[in-house]
Amino acid sequence: MNILAIIGAFVTLAGSIFLLLGSVGLLRMPDCYNRIQAGTKASTLGTILSFAGILLIMPGWWGKLLILIISVILTNPVSSHVLARASYHKRVPLTKATLVDKYQEEEEYIAVKDQHKEDQNNDQT
Amino acid sequence: MIIKIIAIIIGLAILLMALIAVYNKKLIVAIVAAGVVSLFASVMYLLLSAPDVAMTEAAIGSGLSTIIFFYVVNKIRKNRKDHA
Amino acid sequence: MVETILTTSMGIMLVSIILSIIRFVKGPCYTDRVIAFDVMTISSLAIIAGVAYLSGRVIYLDVAMVYGILSFLGVLVVARYMEKGL
Repeated sequence: MNILAIIGAFVTLAGSIFLLLGSVGLLRMPDCYNRIQAGTKASTLGTILSFAGILLIMPGWWGKLLILIISVILTNPVSSHVLARASYHKRVPLTKATLVDKYQEEEEYIAVKDQHKEDQNNDQT
Repeated sequence: MIIKIIAIIIGLAILLMALIAVYNKKLIVAIVAAGVVSLFASVMYLLLSAPDVAMTEAAIGSGLSTIIFFYVVNKIRKNRKDHA
Repeated sequence: MVETILTTSMGIMLVSIILSIIRFVKGPCYTDRVIAFDVMTISSLAIIAGVAYLSGRVIYLDVAMVYGILSFLGVLVVARYMEKGL
């Protein structure tokens, strides 16, 4: 019974607690975007911690576990971002308690700028 | 012991997802539920200690069939819009 | 000692899968269902790693790799379909 295996087991326990917190947030958040945030961030950290715990318990398996950790780090935030963008373009409503919506202001600003540029082109011709 | 409990819970989840895939009216939800059925079936094959079957099930059932279903639904929607 | 703690943590991951199944059944819009699908797959990845330690076979991790990449592909396809069509 070496000390490294016990540390690894506790790291795995911490990862599973993060997974549980993530899915509790998935149940209780009021809004679709908040649910994306809670679910994806917490579950990414939880999975990385539990893979790291298995890596500390069995150091002989480092190759495949390292590939798994890197693939989770690379793919999971991308899927969160793509989902949030798609649901914003599909006009899924925000919650009632929202104060600022920076993305909409940015889009309005870009639309006004494009209109201004078209007007300038019309004036020149 | 824990492996038996996981197998029971995942079997019940497969049943629930199959019922959703049959009885839901929206098409996208039915397709995603069919993908979940396939992924959980892959975990089930893994717990029954057949890793090669699990790998094939995850690749064919979840990846390929979901993509083909979405491609077909997209094509049907586009054709309907052209005719109307 | 190690196996007891690992068994407990796999039980907690199972509870997380059950909670996300509840969100999948309830969810009002498509995005909720897709994100519940994502959380289910990620928790299943951690469970597969635990099962691979408890039964002592390395080849289960290969299944976890294929599983993770294909679930990412599924989420990407659904989001692409929702945004502008495939």
